[in-house]
Amino acid sequence: MNKTVNPKDLTLDDDNGPLYAAHKKVYPQSVSGTFRRIKWGLMAFCLGVYYFLPFVRWNRGLGAPSQAVLIDLPNSRFYFFFIELWPQEVYYFTGLLIVAAVALFLMNSVGGRIWCGYLCPQTVWTDLFYAVERLIEGDRRERMKKDKSSDPLKLERISEIVLKHSIWLMIAWWTGGAWVLYFNDAPTLVKELVTFQGPMIAYVWIGILTATTYLLAGYMREQVCTYMCPWPRIQAALTDEWALNVTYRYDRGEKRTSVKKAAELRALGEQVGDCVDCYQCVAVCPTGIDIRNGPQMECIQCGLCIDACDNVMTKIGRPKRLIGYDNDINIHRRQEGKAPIYRIVRPRTIVYSAIIAAIGGFMIYTLATRSLLDVNVLHDRNPVAVKLSDGSIRNAYTVRLLNKSGYDRVIAIDANGPANATIHVIGIDSVTPDRPMIVIPRDSTSELRLLVTAPAENNPEKSVPVRFHVTDIGLGEVASATDNFVSP
Amino acid sequence: MTDHHSDIDSVSGKSTTGHEWDGIKELNTPLPRWWVISFYLTIIWSIGYWIVYPAWPLIQGNTTGMFGYSSRADVAVELANLEKIRGDKMAALGAASLADIEKDPALLALARAKGKTVFGDNCAPCHGSGGAGAKGYPNLNDDDWLWGGTLDQIMQTIQFGARSGHAKTHEGQMLAFGKDGVLKSDEIVTVANYVRSLSGLSTRNGFDAAKGEKIFAENCVACHGDGGKGNQEMGAPNLTDKIWLYGSDEAALIETISQGRAGVMPAWEGRLDPATIKAMAVYVHSLGGGK
Repeated sequence: MNKTVNPKDLTLDDDNGPLYAAHKKVYPQSVSGTFRRIKWGLMAFCLGVYYFLPFVRWNRGLGAPSQAVLIDLPNSRFYFFFIELWPQEVYYFTGLLIVAAVALFLMNSVGGRIWCGYLCPQTVWTDLFYAVERLIEGDRRERMKKDKSSDPLKLERISEIVLKHSIWLMIAWWTGGAWVLYFNDAPTLVKELVTFQGPMIAYVWIGILTATTYLLAGYMREQVCTYMCPWPRIQAALTDEWALNVTYRYDRGEKRTSVKKAAELRALGEQVGDCVDCYQCVAVCPTGIDIRNGPQMECIQCGLCIDACDNVMTKIGRPKRLIGYDNDINIHRRQEGKAPIYRIVRPRTIVYSAIIAAIGGFMIYTLATRSLLDVNVLHDRNPVAVKLSDGSIRNAYTVRLLNKSGYDRVIAIDANGPANATIHVIGIDSVTPDRPMIVIPRDSTSELRLLVTAPAENNPEKSVPVRFHVTDIGLGEVASATDNFVSP
Repeated sequence: MTDHHSDIDSVSGKSTTGHEWDGIKELNTPLPRWWVISFYLTIIWSIGYWIVYPAWPLIQGNTTGMFGYSSRADVAVELANLEKIRGDKMAALGAASLADIEKDPALLALARAKGKTVFGDNCAPCHGSGGAGAKGYPNLNDDDWLWGGTLDQIMQTIQFGARSGHAKTHEGQMLAFGKDGVLKSDEIVTVANYVRSLSGLSTRNGFDAAKGEKIFAENCVACHGDGGKGNQEMGAPNLTDKIWLYGSDEAALIETISQGRAGVMPAWEGRLDPATIKAMAVYVHSLGGGK
């Protein structure tokens, strides 16, 4: 039977039917254990990379940027250690994004929301902000007490609040500061910034990222994951029955009984659950949920409840991992008295791994074999062909030469097309008129107007292919492009 | 939707919104309050936006906002900045000689880019967007030039035009030999066939080559020269090549000889500044036919 409630009777704070829920502040308790250590390690690694990578140097020769990782927007270049990418090579990023997406699928099918729980910037920074909060204001109970207290603020409490927000703001400011260093030479920009001579746009971006970091990690926290981020919804759709998720093993836990009563019942030889209803898993949860209610959208699967529960189980002398990485299949198998099975290797994970390997391998191959000399040819559209006074036919092309290497090149242009055709480059006085030679400066493109003329007696058919070869005279590197030679 | 009363769903134990579709009720999953507050803030923001920026259409025009902002004014400022930047470069172009421009890759690229734009705006209506021309309007891509194809000659033609009325314009025209009664019909047919024979084109049966040569020598050589090689001083085309401005078939030639031809190229001096004309000359020269 459904109990009918008039919406007029519903209040904002009524658990049964508020239309808008007030934010319930979460006070995660500190915890130690395996997963906490993994999280500290990953946090140190991720933040270390983020904050210090711009200062890593890489020698590319004189005149080229010496920053290992640099996004050079004014010159449209991306530098990553030995790799230098041009805007037209954006497909490498596409490939990288595909690999990243499939890697996420793979993580999900192996161990659930690994990304959310350990690697996502929202999680990492929120974790860091919680650590600061805990250090200054104390652990869960103290913080709850201080927040609830209606006593007038004392100097000690005020200084705590000021200190916490100052440290938060400094972390947030450093986060914004590191961001802009990826777009400029880091040491130079730091010098400019501290002497207030940096570009306005850098200060603006530092300001924006300081504000977002402070707000998202200091205030929004789990609300970002629950309400703002589309990732949890996508990831929920990617999981399957074999994926290991942070799971309360209710086959072992139920029925929940107090430690004392459990001991008594066990002495009588009765079956009792291991869960002692201590709420430690809830106390440490950064999203404030109860993992014992089963898989939930809010759960970022950070594994801290596993640590909390393990500590309790150790204390009361019961086996660890009442909460652990597991799935429903195994819970049912144990209930039926069978041994659990773990299928990390299964068609889904094999396919994902194969896709990652294939795309990753293809990208590495193309990157390793990509030419640093390139040529693009565009046939004149209007007119497509010109008849000259002696009856010969001439086609004009716009030729774009790309020299992606760090040195100037001398190149020669040949065209293989209609018989006895001659080529000429407008504005170039080459010492070898039949085979124009020009210099392309390093790390740049040159656009030329090139004419191909076929003599009257060899007027080709309506259209014949013509292949342009660009040869680096010094290195012998060749790039080519094909177009057509058209008769009127 | 029949029942607007909220109730508790017996399966999940959660309250519903009270909205029902074919027996299915929507669970009430409350939105966080900060989200709702953010929503109201955006509404307040939009009201501020209406006041500060142009927003509401009126019967004539629209509200202008507190600071009279207009995107048109922004564009004007940007265009003015662009003109300033281009001004320096165009000054360099104006100072360089035509030959120097052709030799300097940076100046050449600038002149070609500028020339292409100006060509599209001013020359394309007659010569076509790519300079391919049409009947009566010369193709600027080929190597056949009525008034000469060197950089200086092209520049001169653009500056002063042909039969444009400008004091320094190119003069000289194809006379109307038929209309003015200089040649009779049969003589025109004969000389038309003779002209075709000059570039190896086929001639009418029973065509008298000797008579044609005689008529040509008496009437045409003065401008088109011995053997019909043309004369760029007079704008008289070369009749021995493969390029025909008004067509090479007999009917077209008869029309040309009897009616005459005097196409007009306007003078651009005074309408375009010298640097622009220079850029245009370089562009036309670089199309491929320049000598």
